[in-house]
Amino acid sequence: MGNNSNAAMRPETQFEIRDLDLFYDKFQALHHVDMDILKNRVTALIGPSGCGKSTFIRTLNRMNDLIPIVKITGSVKFDGTDIFGRDCDVIALRKKVGMVFQKPNPFPKTVYENIVYGPRIHGEKNKRKLDELVEMSLKQVALWDEVKDRLHKPALGLSGGQQQRLCIARCLAVEPEVILMDEPTSALDPVATLKIEELMSSLRERYTIVIVTHNMQQAGRISDFTSFFLNGEVIETDHTDAIFSNPSNSKTEEYITGRFG
Amino acid sequence: MIKNRLFYSVVWFLSILTLAVLLMIIGYIMYRGLTQISWEFLSEKPALMGKKGGIFPVIIGTLYVTGVALVIAAPIGIAAAVYFVEYSKEGRLVRIIRTFTEVLAGIPSIIIGLFGFAFFVVFLGFGWSVLSGGLSVSLMILPILIRSTEEALKTVPLSYREGSLSLGASKWETTYKIVLPCCKNGILTGLILSIGRVVGETAVIMLTVGGALKVPMSLFDSTRTMALHMYILAAEGISQERAFATAALLVLIILVINGLANIISARIGGAHGK
Repeated sequence: MGNNSNAAMRPETQFEIRDLDLFYDKFQALHHVDMDILKNRVTALIGPSGCGKSTFIRTLNRMNDLIPIVKITGSVKFDGTDIFGRDCDVIALRKKVGMVFQKPNPFPKTVYENIVYGPRIHGEKNKRKLDELVEMSLKQVALWDEVKDRLHKPALGLSGGQQQRLCIARCLAVEPEVILMDEPTSALDPVATLKIEELMSSLRERYTIVIVTHNMQQAGRISDFTSFFLNGEVIETDHTDAIFSNPSNSKTEEYITGRFG
Repeated sequence: MIKNRLFYSVVWFLSILTLAVLLMIIGYIMYRGLTQISWEFLSEKPALMGKKGGIFPVIIGTLYVTGVALVIAAPIGIAAAVYFVEYSKEGRLVRIIRTFTEVLAGIPSIIIGLFGFAFFVVFLGFGWSVLSGGLSVSLMILPILIRSTEEALKTVPLSYREGSLSLGASKWETTYKIVLPCCKNGILTGLILSIGRVVGETAVIMLTVGGALKVPMSLFDSTRTMALHMYILAAEGISQERAFATAALLVLIILVINGLANIISARIGGAHGK
C-alpha cells in the first residue's frame, strides 16, 4: 500500500542518460549530458539555436544513426536497457519512442494510408482494426471531424497545422510510450500552434513527451520539467516552475530573461 | 536594353529553329511514309525481302527484343541505383562501379554489338536470337536506367525517410514502401528513354539478333527490329518507300509510348501526392 502510493507520487524514469558525448566527426555537439526523463511527464528542452537540443532528442530514438559521421559515447537507458547496447533492437525502440519533426512530413499518400503505414509495418492486417485505429488516432489529435470525409485524399492537400496533427496521429497509431517532438510548432501559425499545445496537454496523461522548443512561453505552458541547454551542455534541469521563477544558474536566468540567445 | 533584346531574339530564334528542324524531319517522314501504311502493311509477312508485303514479323520482333531488354535491365538498374543512393557509403567500390557505368554509357554501340556477338551469340551459344539481342541491348540501357533512378531517388526528401524510420520501419520497408513509390515518374522516364534507345538501335541488333524475316516463336529465334529492317531496306536499295513507311510507323509507336507514359505518370501522381 505504502509502496503503491509512493510509486504514484514518484514517477518512474523513462530515459536515464549518463555522461553522453556526441561528436559530428571532430566537432563535439554534446558534452557529458546527464539527465533523467520521467515517465508520463512533459519535459521541455530549451536553449539557443545550435546548442544541441535537436541533436540530443534525435539520440533518444537513435535517429542520429542516419548520419554516418556521428560518434556517441556514454549511456542512454530506455526502461533500463542501454539503447546503444548490442541486444537493443532499434526497430522496437523506435516503435516505442515515436517522433514528430519540425516540418510536418506526411508521406505523399492519402490521409488513411499515412495512419495505417506504421501499424501495417508492425503486422496489423485486419481491415476493421486498421479502420478503428485510423478513427481513434485522428480523434486523439482532434483531426477526425476535419478529415473524416477526405480520408482517401492526398495528405499533402491538408493545411500545415492539419499535416502536423496528422503526423502526430501517425505516430500515435503505432502506440508508442514516448513522443519526441522536435520544435513541432515552429513551422505553424499561432492558431495551429495553440491546437497542437492543447493536444499535448491531452496526451500528457498517457505518454511521456519530450519537446524541443524555441518558444519559452510554450515551454512554460506545457511542460512539467525544463532542461536548459547551452553550447552542448545541460546547464540545469528542474521543475518548469522553478526554472522560470527561480533558476539556480545565472546563465539560465540570463537566457530566460532574454539577455542572450 | 538593346543587348538584352538582341540576346532574347537570338535565343528565341534558335529555339524555334530546333523545333522547326524536328517538325521538318517528322513531317517529311510522315509525308513519305504514312501514305504507304495500310492494314496489309501492318498485318502481313514481308515478301521479296521486304519489297512487297507487310512488316508484321518485324513489329513483333521489335516488341520482343525491347521487352526482353527491359525485363533484364530494369530490375538490375533500379536495384543498382537503390544500392548506390540508399545503402552504399560513398566509398571506393561505389566510385569504381559508377565510373564503369558511365564508361558503359559512352561506349559506341557497335562495340557492344561486337561484344554481344562474341560473347552471347558465339561463346554462350545463344546464336542470333532475341535473347542475345536483349542481353546485349540491356547493357546499353543499364546506365540510363541507373542514372534516371538515382536522380529520382535523390529528389525524395530526407524527411520522408525519417518519418518512416521513426515509426519503426526498417530501411528496406522505407525504401520499398515510401521512397521508391515517390520515384515512379523518374523510373518511368528512364524506361521511356531506354525504349527509345532500343528501338533506334541497328548495329547491335544486326550482330546479335541476326535479321530473319519471321515472327520469333522463342527466345532463341532470330528476328529483325524495325530500325534494322529500315537500314537493310535503304542500304541494300530494296525499297525506299517501305523504309519510310516503317520509319513513320516507328515514330508513331514512339509517340504512343510517350503519350501512354505521360498518362500513367499523371495517374500515379494523382493517387499519391498533389
